[in-house]
Amino acid sequence: MTGIREIRPDGLGRFNRIRPLTNLLFSAVFVLLAASTVLPVVFVLIISLSPEASIAQNGYSFFPSSLSLSAYEYLWLSRDYIGRAFLNSIGITVLGTALGLLLTSTLGYGLSRPSFRLRGVLTVMILIPMLFSGGLVSTYMINTQVYHLKNTYLSLILPGACSSFYVMIMRTFFRTSIPDGIVESGRIDGAGQIRIFTRLVLPVSLPVLATVGLFLTFSYWNAWYGAMLYLDSNHRELYPLQYVLISIERNIAFMAKNEEHFTGESMGSVPSETARMAIVMLVVIPIACSYPFFQRYFVGGLTIGAVKG
Amino acid sequence: MKEAGQKAARPDRRRSRRLRFSRDDRELAFLCFPAAVWFIAFCYVPLFGIVFAFKNYKVSAGKGFLYSLFVHSKWVGLRNFEFLFRSPDLWVILRNTVGYNLVFLLIGVTLPVALAIMLSQLHSRRLAKICQTAVFLPHFLSWVVISSFVFAFLSTDKGLVNSLIRALGGSGVLWYQDKAPWPWLLILINTWKTFGYSMVVYLASITGIDESLYESAVIDGATKMQQARWITLPLLRPIISIMFILNVSHIFSTDFGLFFQVPRDSNSLTQVTQTLDVYVYKALMQNSNYNFASAAGLLQSIAGCLLMIGANRMVRRIDPESGLF
Repeated sequence: MTGIREIRPDGLGRFNRIRPLTNLLFSAVFVLLAASTVLPVVFVLIISLSPEASIAQNGYSFFPSSLSLSAYEYLWLSRDYIGRAFLNSIGITVLGTALGLLLTSTLGYGLSRPSFRLRGVLTVMILIPMLFSGGLVSTYMINTQVYHLKNTYLSLILPGACSSFYVMIMRTFFRTSIPDGIVESGRIDGAGQIRIFTRLVLPVSLPVLATVGLFLTFSYWNAWYGAMLYLDSNHRELYPLQYVLISIERNIAFMAKNEEHFTGESMGSVPSETARMAIVMLVVIPIACSYPFFQRYFVGGLTIGAVKG
Repeated sequence: MKEAGQKAARPDRRRSRRLRFSRDDRELAFLCFPAAVWFIAFCYVPLFGIVFAFKNYKVSAGKGFLYSLFVHSKWVGLRNFEFLFRSPDLWVILRNTVGYNLVFLLIGVTLPVALAIMLSQLHSRRLAKICQTAVFLPHFLSWVVISSFVFAFLSTDKGLVNSLIRALGGSGVLWYQDKAPWPWLLILINTWKTFGYSMVVYLASITGIDESLYESAVIDGATKMQQARWITLPLLRPIISIMFILNVSHIFSTDFGLFFQVPRDSNSLTQVTQTLDVYVYKALMQNSNYNFASAAGLLQSIAGCLLMIGANRMVRRIDPESGLF
């Protein structure tokens, strides 16, 4: 329950409430704001459930002539393309999050141990990229020409796996929230740092692992820039779901510019507007259903990272 | 507890200075190794690619990339930068980038703060919680998804806005070809996406404010406005300042998705929608103009670096614990 102050009915608080009229005004403002954020999602949902004919006649509307599952049927029929993309997105998200957690937690733990000899060097190592980066051209060229990542799954997983910001969140947590007693008792029992980390520290680190894990999960699920850079149209089987949307729109734009070269049949093979909105729903529904449960992790993570560095 | 840990650590320190590298250090180094490899591969190796900005990149057929870049391409010093500054596009792009960021910045420190204060005063906690959850949603949506939402409203023949206009007797607007409304549209859309998250962050700070301060204010007869002005805002000032300064340090970088996906890369809109990041991307991917792209990218990195350092100094002055380094 982040941020909602309890107005105690018995304390002085009850004299400090805003007037009922002001409350009505404020409530109205917030209902409108909440509606503005939820309405577009509902709109797209309705479009995805509208029959194609209704769209052709009346355009996008909150009140189509009837409801129809034709868009979702189309998705089911195209399941080797769309379904594949969905699985790609899931796979990339899961693998990316796992890798990211591995990298950030190990480095964060090492940096949190005051007696670690390499601590200074490694701290500088993570600080410099926060200030300065090679730029898009350099990164792109290195990734494609030197590491040969073009048109591979790795190009979508590796570049985004780790970040100085997350490492610092981990470091702060391991430094402040793990009682020294745990590490000490491990030492007394003769365990090395690796064993202390894996057997003693990680099991009690679920809050920070959940926080960074959630950041990573949402970031990978929503990722499309990497696909735009590193995947070309001959490798559609690698496309994640977000990029499918982009690709469809590009095809339509391309076809619109080159109308004379396309027969009526090819135009028909482009997913209809309702189908496109159905794909959007495929992307949005997992997010919309899960994020309310994870709100507090996101806020907690940001305030640790931004305020306490 | 903490002192015991430190005392135990100090003998370790002396011991590890005598030995070459203690067992603890070896094991920690092993743990940190994969991440270090990642940083070197993806953050430091690309730094070598900065030479792109100073060379006239020519691919040499048959030989590898490194050969092409380091041996075959000619060193041209600052000529790429000269061309960049002479091109009229650059100034439009800089105006767009800095202009939009300034507006986002100003909105970002006023609107979410005001909303957070308002939300904390609602009588119904349940309504507050529901609204808070709802406005958080846009933060989790990608720009690709949002551009589909915008399309549903602004599509020339099918969009809701044009349908309403036509129903009222007007004729539809060609939204994706007319550049006039786009600055406002982009500002509105960006605010829509970001206000929920910022508001919740400020709300978390407001919760941390001591109740008794408000209670004594009530005893002294303060109105709600006075309480907000003299208690809430001053106590929020550190975090507002920090957010402000950190955002200023990003003034040359923008959210690519907002300026590329939402306008659907429409050429008629680029005068008002193209920012530095979009320019670099297009120069690289669409025009293969490596020289310009790398020069612009390097400038952006340098400017960002200087601003970051300056911003961090200022943040440190406000609250010594809060700097990034």
